[in-house]
Amino acid sequence: MAERPIKLTIAALGGQGGGVLADWLIEIAEAEGYIAQSTSVPGVAQRTGATIYYLEFFPRTLAEQAGRAPVMALMPVPGDVDCVIASELAEAGRAIQRGLVTPDRTTLIASTHRTYAIAEKSAMGRGAADAEGLTDLVRSQAKRAVLFDMEETAERNHSVISSVLLGALCGAGVLPFRKTNFQETIKKSGIAVATNLAAFEDACQRAQRGDSGFTGKVKSALSQEVPTQARTPVLQPLLERIRRLPAAVQPVVLEGARRTLDYQDPAYADVYLDRVERIAALEARLWADASSYALLQATARSLALWMTFEDTIRVADLKTRGSRFARVQDEIRAEPGQLFGITEFVKPRVEEIAGTMPAGLGTWILGSPRVRRWLANFTAGRQIRTRTLSGFLMLYMLGGLKRWRRGTLRFHEENARIEAWLARMEGLGADNYLVAVELAKAQRLVKGYGETYERGWRNFSTLLEQVDLLAARSDGGTVLARLIEAALADEEGVTLRREISALGAASHPACASECSAQKALMPVSSRPMVS
Amino acid sequence: MAERSFAKEVQTLRLGEGEEFHGEGILAVTKALLQSGVAYVGGYQGAPVSHLMDVLADAQSILEELGVHFEASASEATAAAMLSASINYPLRGAVTWKSTVGTNVASDALANLASSGVKGGALIILGEDYGEGASIMQERTHAFAMKSQMWLLDPRPQLPAITRMVEKAFELSEASNTPVMLMLRIRACHVYGRFFTRNNRKPSFSAADALAAPSRDYSRIILPPSTYAQEKEKIEKRLPAAIRFIAETGLNELIDGERRAETQAIGIVLQGGLYNNTLRAMELLGCADTFGNSSIPLYVLNATYPLVPAEWVQFCSGKRAVLIVEEGQPEFIEQAATQILHQHDLSTRIVGKEVLPRFGEYTVDALRKGIGAFIDQWAAQLAAGSKAAVPARKPAVSAEAAAKLAALVPARPSGLCTGCPERPFFAAMKILQKETGPLHISADIGCHSFATLPPFNMGNSIMGYGLGAAGASAFGTDGGKRAVSIMGDGGFWHNGLTSGIGNAVFNKHDDLTVIIDNGYAAATGGQDIPSSRAANEHRQGNNSIVDAVKGVGVKWVRRTHTYDMQGTLKLLREALSTPFRGPKVIVADGECMLNRQRRVKPLMRKAIKEGQRVVRERFGVDPDTCTGDHSCIRLSGCPSLTVKENPDPLRTDPVAHVDNSCVGCGVCGEVAHAAVLCPSFYRAELVYNPSRWDRFANAVRSAVIGSLQRRSERNRLRYAL
Repeated sequence: MAERPIKLTIAALGGQGGGVLADWLIEIAEAEGYIAQSTSVPGVAQRTGATIYYLEFFPRTLAEQAGRAPVMALMPVPGDVDCVIASELAEAGRAIQRGLVTPDRTTLIASTHRTYAIAEKSAMGRGAADAEGLTDLVRSQAKRAVLFDMEETAERNHSVISSVLLGALCGAGVLPFRKTNFQETIKKSGIAVATNLAAFEDACQRAQRGDSGFTGKVKSALSQEVPTQARTPVLQPLLERIRRLPAAVQPVVLEGARRTLDYQDPAYADVYLDRVERIAALEARLWADASSYALLQATARSLALWMTFEDTIRVADLKTRGSRFARVQDEIRAEPGQLFGITEFVKPRVEEIAGTMPAGLGTWILGSPRVRRWLANFTAGRQIRTRTLSGFLMLYMLGGLKRWRRGTLRFHEENARIEAWLARMEGLGADNYLVAVELAKAQRLVKGYGETYERGWRNFSTLLEQVDLLAARSDGGTVLARLIEAALADEEGVTLRREISALGAASHPACASECSAQKALMPVSSRPMVS
Repeated sequence: MAERSFAKEVQTLRLGEGEEFHGEGILAVTKALLQSGVAYVGGYQGAPVSHLMDVLADAQSILEELGVHFEASASEATAAAMLSASINYPLRGAVTWKSTVGTNVASDALANLASSGVKGGALIILGEDYGEGASIMQERTHAFAMKSQMWLLDPRPQLPAITRMVEKAFELSEASNTPVMLMLRIRACHVYGRFFTRNNRKPSFSAADALAAPSRDYSRIILPPSTYAQEKEKIEKRLPAAIRFIAETGLNELIDGERRAETQAIGIVLQGGLYNNTLRAMELLGCADTFGNSSIPLYVLNATYPLVPAEWVQFCSGKRAVLIVEEGQPEFIEQAATQILHQHDLSTRIVGKEVLPRFGEYTVDALRKGIGAFIDQWAAQLAAGSKAAVPARKPAVSAEAAAKLAALVPARPSGLCTGCPERPFFAAMKILQKETGPLHISADIGCHSFATLPPFNMGNSIMGYGLGAAGASAFGTDGGKRAVSIMGDGGFWHNGLTSGIGNAVFNKHDDLTVIIDNGYAAATGGQDIPSSRAANEHRQGNNSIVDAVKGVGVKWVRRTHTYDMQGTLKLLREALSTPFRGPKVIVADGECMLNRQRRVKPLMRKAIKEGQRVVRERFGVDPDTCTGDHSCIRLSGCPSLTVKENPDPLRTDPVAHVDNSCVGCGVCGEVAHAAVLCPSFYRAELVYNPSRWDRFANAVRSAVIGSLQRRSERNRLRYAL
């Protein structure tokens, strides 16, 4: 067959500089004596959507010999693309989906970073696509895959991803173009030349080194090491208690103990361990054959999170720490020594104010419409400047209320709820292991602040109501897991209501409507902390 | 100032005889206009021809040198009406817009223009927004050509062909006294290629010449009895003249193919615009080479209306079957061809959408399948040959991989940009609807159309540009819950002022219209509009929307800044509950962030360099207080507000995270307050070139705060596991 054009596709997101990259490639190709054509479909996709640029290159000398110009297509054809450049991992997936990457033909150059799509990031829990699965597919579909985090490379070199993609393309050696022409083009553009060249060079070498070994696996942040000596000797007995638990659960319990310690004091960590040991005993008594300690694992995790609920005191404490200031400095990329201020956005509701009061007073406030109305005057949205003295001292003192936390209304309520939750687990029968495990995991629903917290608690309460019903079913655990997912499916609770009414209909055909209309067990007052 | 600047590229418009032009399709079209001696140009922006308007605006000085008048028309109707200059005078004029939406808007003027007929060449350059990347309902421009008897050119998507066709279009228009439409598909508008240029030509006759000696011809006016005479003239004179011109000038191309019985037994007729992709499909099928040498005879229709019957008869004679490659629906060419062959007693079988898709874009893949099926059926010998030449193609992606990908690859709908001022408004609407329950929202065309997509999911219908308020007319006086209409500033000036606001006043609507005033026609690339505030030496901006609204009689007009979410919410509540009866209008201000950043960023960089004190703001999320519910994202959807793995070893749900693209617009803080969300957001204020006071205050603060922080750190370390 006669010489055919080289075909290259750029799969990018609007605003990522795919057009710049295409322009550069045209320039390089023309400098190399190629006839170049590029097309794109900018339109609305330019506004953050997925978009494609398509280029073809053909040697000018061959066209001159033939006395005719080559006819170049205006769009990539599945199975007929030599090289695909994807500026993001999911876009690499989309290019594969469109058939543009084929094992017999295509070199795929893709950045492994993720720019999450709106559906992924707006999920009420984890909504991100499985990066591991995507990476596997990317590797299996491409003839050759050049994968690394190009966004990180760009940032490290204070450059943009288009320079990195160009460098990776050069390094991959798929185009018959010389490196000097790549570099010349960057120089000619005249914009941020030094940093763009550095990013280009970095990426070029990286691509030449071969596979980065990227897998997309998410590493757990939980350290698996359990020390033998407590850092402060007085806590040695606490550590010993942890070390007496099954080895598999020690890391998570250690983390939980550290968290409760950080949240309150050693006595509070003791309470945490008391509760963990209760569940350990329960698991050993009823479900001794469950060798994975799934219940203990889940409870230890959930319990630690629940016992360190985010009240006003906790938030103020975290916001004023030195480590937090350092983290902000890093995140906003302040230069060393550069001054910066931090402004918090808080909007406490009457419930938060009452929740921070001693339990009796707090209850009285919430019970009195007049006091509530008066307090509502103090609930306007407020901006607190944490790096000024007044702002800092206010938050610092609020954080210092920690020593009286055990007396607050919020603490009383959360404590009662935790106990009720544990009691529910303890009340389950020997054949309800999976229900217990899911019940332990269900704490995941109770999170956030304000209305978010209330919604979570409402959903959690709804699930609690179903526990007896589920305990009577052989598939109770599976169903409960499904209900947890349903609770996280939408804010309005539509999916959860549907699942539950289907459940009611299935097990009690006669009272389906009644069950679905069952009022959620709402607490007398919920005391989430908000701003 | 538009989003994309062509200031550098427009210099290629000065290229002279025999020089080689390199660049985008749209720029080449402009060059061809200048080579044709065009006297006036107008149009309205819209993808895929937005850039044509941007190029013209950036080329203003070159146009002035040549004496070419350019206008950024108020609407497509305005642009079409502008062509009336060619009715009485030998003035060449060209206008451009997005089709079919723009052609819909223009069609009143266009139909009258087509009836009157033209003396000077009148060219309409249309961006045919069809297929991948299109942002409108899927229709064909072809129908307009047929109904008004205007001619439609659909050139090969290569710059030499496109530019030649622009020049020929003027000649065709003058030879047949008819306006000519030239359509360019999306990719052709943006194709980068090359062609040899000719010198620019100054128009031989100018608007000033016309004004000096006005000419009037009653037979050109569209009132009876002239209209009857014009219709007769269209059919008896102009149509035959056009057909003659197309045939004699060879606008369409007849390509022989190989002189073998089996290849000559069939043929392919195609729209010029589909030439490249069709030839690629044929190459993949083994019946063409890289240079477009086809073994099968081809008939390339660079003029798709009117058809030239004699050419059809010549091409089809002796052929068993002919495939018509015609994109979109209905299949007008296929129908017309069937009629021509039938009337000429040819038995050649017309094949079209029975093997090719009946609707949708003709991708190379679709063409490969369709042409393959045609060859299989009508030239079995060829089919065997081509199959031997090209190994059977299996699908590029296995069914198993495809299923996995479907689950793994997230949809990526378009959305509002980082820092978009429309975001806080729609977040406020979302919060409002939590209080009021769902509202009927009549949406409009513009960036705000994206509010119909996640995460906002609001808007019940879109009726067209500027028609948001008009779209709610039926609900205007019901007396129940009030309807809400959205309108952009672009749409407002395009027609919304009269079609929506004036109409609501006149018909005593009791509803709410929100005009989103971002200062530009932002969705199409930030072109200036009458209310744009930036200085523009060629246009008069700063025309007040509020004054215009009051001018048509609205009594209840309020203004808000979109970033003031609490204030906006208050106004929205008031508008929906006030006892005032009559149309209520809220003008929601907030400059398009893309434009703002382009303006502000260089100024800020300069100020920092010069040593001035500058504060740059951006937002962040504290990962240790974020619980991973993402309510904030559901209320905002800002591209810079995303998620990352939770650094907390006990938590599994990802935390919200503000990435470095944050422009510090402030919406995160507003949303956190207005929705009573969460205390995790913070705003950081980075100080450049701090003053002495800054330094002093910082020293004091750091000393006190630092010592307190160290104290609590020591306390925490008293107990460590």
